[in-house]
Amino acid sequence: MSATTVNAPAVALPPTSTFLQRFCRNRTAMVAAIILLAIILIAIFAPYIAPHDPARSSLRAILKPPSGTYWFGSDDLGRDVASRLIFASRLSLVASLQAVAIALVIGMPLGLIAGYVGGWVDTIISRCNDALMSFPALILAVVIVGLMGPSLTNAMTAIGLVYAPRIMRVVRGSTLSVREEVYVRAARATGCSDARIIIRHVLPNVTGPLVVQATVLMGQALLAEAGLSFLGLGTQPPEASWGAMLGTAFPYMAQSPVPTIAAGVVISVTVLCFNLIGDGIRDSVGRMRRSGD
Amino acid sequence: MEHDTPLLEVRDLSVQFPSPHGWLTVVDKVSFSVGRNDIVCVVGESGSGKSVTMQAAVGLVQPKGGRIRSGSVRFDGQELVGMGNRQLNRIRGDSIGFIFQEPMSSLNPAYTVGEQIAEVVRRHRGLSRADAWKRAVEALDRVHIASAASRAAEYPHQFSGGMRQRVMIAMSIACDPKLLIADEPTTALDVTIQARILELLRELQRDSGMSVLFITHDLGVVADIARHVVVMYGAQVVESADVDNLFGAPRHPYTSGLLGAMPQVALERGHDPIAIPGTVAQAHSWPSGCRFNPRCIYRQEGTCTTDAVPLEQIGGGLVRCARAAELQSTLGRAMVTA
Amino acid sequence: MNALRYLAKRAVSTVPMLLLVGLITFLLIHITPGDPASVVAGENASDAAIEDARRRLGLDKPFLVQFWTWLVAVLHGELGTSFTSGKPVTDLILDRMPTTLSLTAGATLIGLLIAVPLGVFAATQRGSWLDRITIFGTSLGIAAPEFFIGLLLVLVVALQLGWLPATGYIPFSEDPMEWALRLVLPSITLGLGVAAELARQVRGAMIDVLSRDYIQTARAKGLSTASIIIKHGLKNAAIPVVTVLGLQIRRLLGGTVIVEQIFAMNGVGSLAVRAVFLRDLPVLLGVALTTAVIVLLINLIVDMSYGYFDPKVRAG
Repeated sequence: MSATTVNAPAVALPPTSTFLQRFCRNRTAMVAAIILLAIILIAIFAPYIAPHDPARSSLRAILKPPSGTYWFGSDDLGRDVASRLIFASRLSLVASLQAVAIALVIGMPLGLIAGYVGGWVDTIISRCNDALMSFPALILAVVIVGLMGPSLTNAMTAIGLVYAPRIMRVVRGSTLSVREEVYVRAARATGCSDARIIIRHVLPNVTGPLVVQATVLMGQALLAEAGLSFLGLGTQPPEASWGAMLGTAFPYMAQSPVPTIAAGVVISVTVLCFNLIGDGIRDSVGRMRRSGD
Repeated sequence: MEHDTPLLEVRDLSVQFPSPHGWLTVVDKVSFSVGRNDIVCVVGESGSGKSVTMQAAVGLVQPKGGRIRSGSVRFDGQELVGMGNRQLNRIRGDSIGFIFQEPMSSLNPAYTVGEQIAEVVRRHRGLSRADAWKRAVEALDRVHIASAASRAAEYPHQFSGGMRQRVMIAMSIACDPKLLIADEPTTALDVTIQARILELLRELQRDSGMSVLFITHDLGVVADIARHVVVMYGAQVVESADVDNLFGAPRHPYTSGLLGAMPQVALERGHDPIAIPGTVAQAHSWPSGCRFNPRCIYRQEGTCTTDAVPLEQIGGGLVRCARAAELQSTLGRAMVTA
Repeated sequence: MNALRYLAKRAVSTVPMLLLVGLITFLLIHITPGDPASVVAGENASDAAIEDARRRLGLDKPFLVQFWTWLVAVLHGELGTSFTSGKPVTDLILDRMPTTLSLTAGATLIGLLIAVPLGVFAATQRGSWLDRITIFGTSLGIAAPEFFIGLLLVLVVALQLGWLPATGYIPFSEDPMEWALRLVLPSITLGLGVAAELARQVRGAMIDVLSRDYIQTARAKGLSTASIIIKHGLKNAAIPVVTVLGLQIRRLLGGTVIVEQIFAMNGVGSLAVRAVFLRDLPVLLGVALTTAVIVLLINLIVDMSYGYFDPKVRAG
């Protein structure tokens, strides 16, 4: 569970057209985006795509190898692995979104305040941030889940809390560099309210690195959720996310390896897509600064 | 090893570098030689190819992506072009010493100064660590660094620019090379320090009899220490002569222009220093005919603008000028705008 | 002596962090959403049971008293008593530390063994097929869940090929050979993730360093290629690499939680996981604090290593 801490210059997303142009030229990122889109569509249209009812178990079809009926075979309760994977995508993706949202909601305001106000406020927030980041991410997540009780929601809250410091750092960094810009100092001198300055000048320049970090964090959150669910601390049966499926398939790996492999591959591919898209966004953003006017 | 054959003989050396425009020839059939106990200065603006020529001669262009297209470099009877890296490694640092331009970045910040000198000696002389360290301290002493013994244990960042250059010099002569190649060693230094470094180099040359190949763009430095001068422009040699002849009777308009830009010379000639107008063309777009012609005040349509100009012998030196014969008497006098 | 002073300064600056980490661990109970007392009491617990749990957690006392008792205990090395086993948490953790530390060390070693040569080769042979494979492979390595790699390894190497044992941990003192053998697969599992990120760093740092002027000087001195890369190059490339290594070790510690489950090792990670199911809060908090302290120590060591790699740092 790692997130590359992005060096956070103040960089605005360039006008959408330029950005999209540059992004589309990056073939790897484009391919990743298309694959991710496909996965999202599969998640949305799951009921229409899945060949079987994911919850329907059949005692006669336990641990069957892949075939025409069971594309990836069946699991230990006779359920179709392919259908379960398709439906599990919903849980995994939404859960990751939830975690990243929480991280943003907590991290962004703190980052803005620390970067903009500076002084001892910044010192306190930053030190606490550093201290929080001294806990290995997965262990902290496990502990928080332990304090809240195992469930998918709690797991994602935990992951969101664990990732909030990373968002805070990125936002703080961007805010710091914008704060010293001439136009910001000018705005302050002319009596512009802080809130207005933050909204019009600081925020637009924070978006660039923030979007990159958030994208990469989606992948990390997916991995984290997979890990926690694998351990049984996240998704609780009968629900299933990809991680939970990995966890339940694992004990039967010797007899039926395909479900394990399938779940793992799906997770890896999705995370890879997020990473590549994040890289692509970073490369397409360029060195642009812009004020909100 | 005869004493009348040159120590270093470069013949028709051509070096290319890759670029968006394909392979660019940045050194174009350059020839010159360095005798024994000789001091040769190679002068030129940036972009003239002077540094690359030297680097290519000892095999340092390949790591940078360049290649020797053709030509020969004979050093002490051995042909260096085409020599394998291992063999070249035995010559570099041992019989040929090198000093670079930026003393601030040319020393490894992670090792002591003494260690960096000692490793050259260990490498080429096979000495023990203790003996090599002694040699390193001696070398620092030779370049007049006070308290050499204790300073040898210090790191590059603890030395000033001028001192670092002395360290570089110490490193390059630690194995008593036959040839010392100095690539603009004083360019990045203060004028006062420049003078001291030049003095040091002169002294070292006197004491050891090694030859020095000095690259610079500063004619003042040339006047100071050179015995022979090679002037380069546009990847080619445009003039080559003894230092007295060069200053007294330059044969190439470029040389004359360089002289005219020097305050001391301008004073003697009775005019203000005149900078040569224009800038060097890019390597991928040389003008047709003489490469200097767009900036030359003696430019003649036709003579200077159509055919490539060969290097020819005139008087005691070589010149690459289409109008060399006729301009013989004009150059060197006051620069009257034509 | 300059070096000692530098080390001492670095050590002293870690103390405030240690305190802060301790404070946060203590606060975790209070700032986490939900009511820990009811979590401990379990579902369908009566109010009396919840109150009882609250008393056991010490949550009924005033905040400052709680903090003080806790602080004093921690400074004496006491991390509380396990709810389930009644044993001191410190003992439980110390008992399992060797396992987790062996695993972490093994993974770090494997990570370095793979990443450094790979990164150096990729940097010196830019554009070659090795370089491209490295870039591609590291992307995959970073994206794949490490436990997935572990699962695959168990499947192929242990179960199908039977080359290495699939589970368990034997202490070094009992049988060094078995200890090593059983550590191979788990270490590779964790180590590959580290290797991926580290290889990228090494490659990037080496590419940068090899383009520096002092490398040209080294070549002009006639030094061998190996000497140039290893002696002159690596030492200067070390600092960014060591920094990332520190971060990776932090990640490794987290990864033990999963890998210990897969390979049935009784380490601190699996202790924490079990504690969740048993609602054993003291154990959880104890593990959190311990691992954070380890991370801070690693940071300190990384910090101190800067002094070795960069002489300029020693002066300032």
